[in-house]
Amino acid sequence: MNTTAMPTPQSDKPSSRYTILDREAVKLKSLLGRWESLLALLLIAVFAVNSIALPHFLDLYNLLDGTQNFSEKAMIALPMALLIICREIDISVAGTLALSSVAMGLAMQAGFPPATLPLVALACGTACGLLNGVLVTRFALPSIVVTIGTVSLFRGLASVVLGDKAFTGYPQLMADWGQGYFFGIVPREFVVLLAFAAVFAVLLHTTSWGRRIYAIGNNPDAARFSGIAVDRYRLALFMLTGAMAGLAAFFLTGRIGSTRPNIATGWELEVITMVILGGVSIAGGAGTIGGVLLAILTLGVATYGMSLANIPGIYMTIVVGVLLLVTIALPRLLRARSARA
Amino acid sequence: MKQVFQREPLLALMVVALVLAVGVKAPVFLSAGSLANLVTDSTLLAMLALAQMLVIVTRGVDLSVASNLALSGMVAAMLASHNPDAPLLAVVLMATLTGLVLGLINGWLIGYLGLPPIVITLGTMSVYRGLVFVLSGGTWVSAHQMPADFVAFPLTRFLGLPHLVWIAAAAFALFLFLSRFTRFGRDLFAIGNAPQCAGYIGIPTPRRLLWTYGLSGLVAGLCGYLWVARYAVAYTEVAYGFEFTVIAACVIGGVSIAGGVGSVTGALLGALFLTVIGNALPVLQVSPFWQSALTGLVILAAVLVNARSGRKGSRQILPLHKLEQAAH
Repeated sequence: MNTTAMPTPQSDKPSSRYTILDREAVKLKSLLGRWESLLALLLIAVFAVNSIALPHFLDLYNLLDGTQNFSEKAMIALPMALLIICREIDISVAGTLALSSVAMGLAMQAGFPPATLPLVALACGTACGLLNGVLVTRFALPSIVVTIGTVSLFRGLASVVLGDKAFTGYPQLMADWGQGYFFGIVPREFVVLLAFAAVFAVLLHTTSWGRRIYAIGNNPDAARFSGIAVDRYRLALFMLTGAMAGLAAFFLTGRIGSTRPNIATGWELEVITMVILGGVSIAGGAGTIGGVLLAILTLGVATYGMSLANIPGIYMTIVVGVLLLVTIALPRLLRARSARA
Repeated sequence: MKQVFQREPLLALMVVALVLAVGVKAPVFLSAGSLANLVTDSTLLAMLALAQMLVIVTRGVDLSVASNLALSGMVAAMLASHNPDAPLLAVVLMATLTGLVLGLINGWLIGYLGLPPIVITLGTMSVYRGLVFVLSGGTWVSAHQMPADFVAFPLTRFLGLPHLVWIAAAAFALFLFLSRFTRFGRDLFAIGNAPQCAGYIGIPTPRRLLWTYGLSGLVAGLCGYLWVARYAVAYTEVAYGFEFTVIAACVIGGVSIAGGVGSVTGALLGALFLTVIGNALPVLQVSPFWQSALTGLVILAAVLVNARSGRKGSRQILPLHKLEQAAH
């Protein structure tokens, strides 16, 4: 009878799983299918406007250098996307980053060889993530409250160790990774970011782990009843986020060459903004790594253009805020639905 | 046992115990002047926490309060410094009104468009913070540019107490009344407990949310003036990151982030608790750098305690599974 409507070729693509409401299945599908293309258009538009308005914009060296401004944040945004898809959130990433950076500073002073410093940062970040994860899973606490608590804790511990001093004099190895280039032109951070983006995209979109993350985000109870070890996934994702924050600490510390108490302040909200702008639903269960990457690049290009045009960085926060509000409000306004949900 | 020891008396007891414990170590902490300082220091946080509590009760969160505070404060400071002859009341009203409008923007987006509060207030937080810079051109408005009565008002004493304390007390009474005895306040709890059911029984959720966030903005605006006047300086980074402190005060006060649970007294006590910690450290000659770490520990302890005592409520659909799942 209704064979014509049944299996479209779309149905086993990842995009088909974003259909949450029965009634609007087709419409939502096309709408969310367009999210990434919308972002891509936005990226192209920003790029075009910048290259027309700014004579020095289209300089390959400059452009690639500009990626350093967001590479570390973007490294954290990748696992954060998974976490938000899973209906959790981690506000403590910037605190984790600060503490990991301090841990590296302490390790360096204790005479650890340079090659072990990234491991120290990773271990510290993972431990922070473990604490978050244990509190969220073992004690069934809401992750936003737990991580608001731990961000104070982590940043507090970092500033207790640092006092009013700063760690400087990091080994050359860290500067090599934080400031160095591949082939003399591509910043290493950017390459690492792209590599991780690929890994995360494969993880989320092609493996059963990824599909289970979506399942948990759509309905944790149903996911649990269908045999998914929900808490194990949550714990793993928190640890992954912590580890990536530790990695970002390694790169950021290497790039700026010091650990100061105000390292990465306010990053948690910037990272979350990147993820939301990338089309990840804060209610969980929807979003793609591709979208997040596009959002990262769009924001990066816009920031870079504004800095070339000598516009103070704080204007960028307005642009980011407005972008966030518009991208989330526009679809709703277009559908012109009254707000009951 | 858990029924006997309600959360608020317990928390009040803890605040008193903490104050006494610090007093044993450093008797100067218990002097009248020091305690009066403590109360004065807690007022701004307490007022913001009261308003935030109503927001959190509706299953929302207002991350934009600190930015709103900074913007309203800057409006007040610039208005006062450009028109030294303007009556103080007009300046205060202007700040409050600015805050209200900023809050209503949040409320409209969240209430009438049904957008997630955390995302909306995250966005407006950036926008408002940026607008402070645009408005001020990145400059500071410092004490010598502000009229004397503008700066003096918050700490001027009336019947022995600073105006700040009176305003906070009035806000406390207002919120107590609002949350306990008005339809508006009770509706917010209903919305937080079961948004769908609230709709079915005819609660105008969008309108309620609009005014809840409006109220939060209004308080932030008023606090914006008070903050700027009290510290006699207005700049872009005023109260940077303060939104988390406000939310922390609510969480310590037993307001459930999942909505529907919370009390005005709890939020007030939470704010007091945080202020006691902040004020005790210098007295105890502990490095002030410990403040943030201790705050974090207190928040975690508070949520753990709240989770233990509050989980057996009526809201769980699958209580056993939920708890079992959490425990294994």
